[in-house]
Amino acid sequence: MTKEIVIKPNGSFLDVDLREIWRYRELFYIFAWRDIKLRYKQTVLGIIWVLFQPLVSTGIFSIFFGKIAKIPSDNLPYPLFVLAGLVIWNFFSSALSASSQSLIGNEGIIKKVYFPRLILPISSVVTAGVDFFITFLVLLVAVVYFGYLPSLLILPVLPVLLIITILMASGLGMFMASLNVKYRDVRFILPFFIQIGLFVTPVIYPLSIIYDWRKWFLIINPLTGVIETLRALIVGRAQPDFSLLIIGLIVSIPVFCFGLFYFRRTEAYFADIA
Amino acid sequence: MDSIVEVNKLSKKYRLGGQQPYLTLRDTLAELVRHPIIKRDNHEFWALRDVTFRVAPGEVVGIIGRNGAGKSTLLKIISRITCPTAGDVRLQGNVSSLLEVGTGFSPELTGRENIFLNGAILGMSRSEIRRRFDAIVDFAETEKFLDTPVKYYSSGMYMRLAFSVAAHLEPDILLVDEVLAVGDAEFQKKCLGKMEEVRNRQGRTILFVSHNMKTIEQLCSRCLLIDKGKIVMDGDSQKVISHYLNKQKIQSSAMLFPVDKNKIAQITKIAILNSKYQSRSEVPISEDFYINIEMRVNHRVKKALISIYFYSQGDLLLFSTEGDHSGQLLSYPAGKYKTMVRIPAFLFESGNYTIDVAIQNPGVEIIDKVSEIGFEVLNQDNPRSLLINGVAHDKIAVILDYETKKS
Repeated sequence: MTKEIVIKPNGSFLDVDLREIWRYRELFYIFAWRDIKLRYKQTVLGIIWVLFQPLVSTGIFSIFFGKIAKIPSDNLPYPLFVLAGLVIWNFFSSALSASSQSLIGNEGIIKKVYFPRLILPISSVVTAGVDFFITFLVLLVAVVYFGYLPSLLILPVLPVLLIITILMASGLGMFMASLNVKYRDVRFILPFFIQIGLFVTPVIYPLSIIYDWRKWFLIINPLTGVIETLRALIVGRAQPDFSLLIIGLIVSIPVFCFGLFYFRRTEAYFADIA
Repeated sequence: MDSIVEVNKLSKKYRLGGQQPYLTLRDTLAELVRHPIIKRDNHEFWALRDVTFRVAPGEVVGIIGRNGAGKSTLLKIISRITCPTAGDVRLQGNVSSLLEVGTGFSPELTGRENIFLNGAILGMSRSEIRRRFDAIVDFAETEKFLDTPVKYYSSGMYMRLAFSVAAHLEPDILLVDEVLAVGDAEFQKKCLGKMEEVRNRQGRTILFVSHNMKTIEQLCSRCLLIDKGKIVMDGDSQKVISHYLNKQKIQSSAMLFPVDKNKIAQITKIAILNSKYQSRSEVPISEDFYINIEMRVNHRVKKALISIYFYSQGDLLLFSTEGDHSGQLLSYPAGKYKTMVRIPAFLFESGNYTIDVAIQNPGVEIIDKVSEIGFEVLNQDNPRSLLINGVAHDKIAVILDYETKKS
């Protein structure tokens, strides 16, 4: 006998129905596939554009911050230093902005068909993950080009780095996406938020040049640990500072839970106010 | 426990004024500053109120009612697009809806890609889609264009493909909302056929919302009549439909509405006047007649116009007029207003019509709205009536100029 479906006021918003999401798992793939397909339709270079953004930013940052401003880079070649930061930062920022737009971008579907709404912001993160994978390969090529050898520790640690980044991006993404349904201001605020984020995350400068109280801002930023650890690992440095990663996990898990909670609380009415 | 759909005391409340296209933070803040104390949720309206019914497996149930009666809200709740305010629905089986076909179609993607995308969104697994792929393409008759982006499709092709995907779903409970109103005649026939096939062979449960009484009678044995969010009648289709159509006829020629000073503005009286300005509910086809609207403005209305919606058979919207020829939103200081709208002779065919009248700023807010004012157009004195034997199947009677010359 098929399972009974009960439709009640305000859904049941605290218990995320994981089995249901599992049943709809193909939709993750389908949405991600659609987004990637659509992004490069009618472009000549297609998926090569993924490489464009990090490489151009790396070039510009290397000239202005590395060569002209002479920002130290923990004894790494500045381009490699900044590319490692950008690979993570671009993943985070594109996942965040895509998932923030995911609900209103799919308004037509939300108003017509039922499926677990959670799939939309999460599949945007998956899409950004595909880009991350490609740029990460570029980073590895750059590592070898500059004559370094990554530490083997990267194999067990990389998943942790990804988990922290994904928790942050999807947690904030779910929150922003639900807020965006009601307040379209999000679209204007988010670019500023991301721009500020780039400067309070050690992407273009190392954590080591910040000393006073300002350092605490960076330390509670989960991406700080992710980026610093990645840099240490790709050049095979012996002792990455794992305490930063632990702080990262401690901060990113509540952020994710908050985003999820807010999303679930507002989910039932998306179709009414979208 | 025999029912496959069980709806218990289902209610859904909407907040009026919350229906703007979107809100910005600024609006909310500004509103808070302006009215910091007053609670602003007094503009509520119940789209559904205590709706209870059961459907047995294999039943095909039609749902009829005027526009805004709550039919679509009911289907939206059953298909889990929106959630109820009170009450619950229990479903023994999975639901698919044809609330609107083509949901999630991406114009940039090809027909083939859209079949997979749309199928997945509607709840089919990839292996199911693959299995039914050929049938879907056959039914849609678009095999030649499978690898063309659908943005290059004609609208007919697009609709056929979209319907075809939806028609190949195999849910236990199928919800259909007026899909038959789209596409060309031949395609509509095909759709009807498909629905009948689903009903006969597969014995599925169907909830079918339509304005087309003939189709409902043909497909559904049972019918629900919904009015103002409540089930007014539930039973044999023929009985419910004839009750519904008869009710539309019994309308008086003038309606008065009680004064409500809480409203910013309100419609106080609607009357149908014949060419001699006498209040009548029956008007001859060959003469002009008038709709007289009296309005009371309690607080200055800045931007509004008076709209009239003309319906045939209760809820088929024929057309609407938005304000006068200027098409401008006008400002109405407090006071009483009288508006006369002239309806030219030979606009409507003989038959029964109803109108809704609203004071509104279209797309922004409806200040007041009244409905169910009826009139009948009679065709007795007109020489042209000979041509149609007094029975008109069309709704509009406009006479066109013919100029025929021997060439």
